Amino acid sequence: MLFYHFGKYILLLKAVFRKPEKFSIYKAEIFREMVDIGLGSLGIISIISVFIGAVTTVQTAFQLVSDLIPKSVIGGITRDSTILELSPTICSLVLAGKIGSSIASQIGTMRVTEQIDALEIMGINAPGYLILPKVAAGVMMIPMLVIISIFLSITGGYLAGTASGAVTAAEFIQGLTTNFNPFTVTIAMVKAVVFAIIITTVSAYQGFYTNGGALEVGQSSTKAVVISCIAILAADYIIAQLLL
Amino acid sequence: MIDIKDIRKSFGENEVLKGISASFKPGVSTLIIGGSGSGKTTLMKCMVGLHEPNAGNVVYDGRDFTSLSFEERIDIRKEIGMLFQSSALFDSMSVEKNILFPLNMFTDMPRSEKKDRVNFVLERVNLAGKNKLYPAELSGGMKKRVGIARAIAMNPKYLFCDEPNSGLDPKTSILIDELIQEITIENNITTIVVTHDMNSVMGIGEHIIFLHQGQKWWEGSNKEITATDNKELNEFVFATKLMETLLKK
Repeated sequence: MLFYHFGKYILLLKAVFRKPEKFSIYKAEIFREMVDIGLGSLGIISIISVFIGAVTTVQTAFQLVSDLIPKSVIGGITRDSTILELSPTICSLVLAGKIGSSIASQIGTMRVTEQIDALEIMGINAPGYLILPKVAAGVMMIPMLVIISIFLSITGGYLAGTASGAVTAAEFIQGLTTNFNPFTVTIAMVKAVVFAIIITTVSAYQGFYTNGGALEVGQSSTKAVVISCIAILAADYIIAQLLL
Repeated sequence: MIDIKDIRKSFGENEVLKGISASFKPGVSTLIIGGSGSGKTTLMKCMVGLHEPNAGNVVYDGRDFTSLSFEERIDIRKEIGMLFQSSALFDSMSVEKNILFPLNMFTDMPRSEKKDRVNFVLERVNLAGKNKLYPAELSGGMKKRVGIARAIAMNPKYLFCDEPNSGLDPKTSILIDELIQEITIENNITTIVVTHDMNSVMGIGEHIIFLHQGQKWWEGSNKEITATDNKELNEFVFATKLMETLLKK
């Protein structure tokens, strides 16, 4: 069963990347999706990022009870955890819920109301027209959201650390700027791109092969989120293992 | 002209179409009728390529559709218009954008010409001035008419209508039937209508194919349909009290 779905998923991707019928129409769709995925998710990503950084700083400070460890380490730990893991992975898990369910239900509804059939009858490559703009927009916007998330998360950590007295501003900034390895940002971007592909394609697959009515659209949407989350965590481990 | 030859289609163990052959002429509306589960919609979907038949051929003016690849089928698909049972309008687009969609995708017409075409087809289906409405703001009958307008926007040679009257009141049904009939004759289109509405059969059924248990059971016109002694067809035709009463009179 797993291989059957994987094979069907690969065949769908093959159809997605067929030559577009008219590039100008696809371009307009990509911009529309970029607004939906990027701007539409900015609010929730901003809020969770600030709290991720704040919690990381406060909990790291709580665990560092030894006088032998300088407080500046808190800044370094917040920075590396945020860049390497928390921003790309937690943001992607949240986006899988927000964007993934939206993609699956949108495409699923189009399937059950025969709108996809209408596209196919017109001679339009429905997977390409419906899914390619979402994948392209996701690959462009999710890394940007992750960069914003990293920035806000560190800012949140700084604010929480200084406001609670767990670490001074000078110590936090010293930790942030000491021993920074730029390769961690590369890893974050690789993760963001891979997670973007997973979120958009897995959700689109679930929506595209929806059968039935409203109930099945809801089920596809749920499946899209669950499978995307599992796939994101599996890919997270594989990327970490390969790149670190 | 469309020819279908020995079309067979199964879903798992369930054989839905058991070798159907027929010809559909231009300028004529052919009605495919039959009870629920008789294979009408499956046959139509096989003809337009939404289902792949297990055997048989669908030939559009000498071009064997079934043997073509996805890319090769595009040229034929551009000549097909289809009205879906649910209308299948794109709900994120206005009426105008729905009709413009195939024109934008496949033609290089100037914007003003495309706009003229949209206005022309909307006028043709008696919906002039409704360009900016969204599908959610339309009634069932209006949705069907927008569906027809979108289907004829590209000047199709072949028009497929899947249950065009379902969910409509009898008066609106007659309007839709007449519209389909007029468009078919005006543009010499090969039109195929899947229906189980006896009003349509009696109104525009110049050529009728009756399907029963996945087979072509009877073929003729609305003038012949009430005179046949075909048992299954009679059961279908006289299933409603209204038909029975009217024909007895």
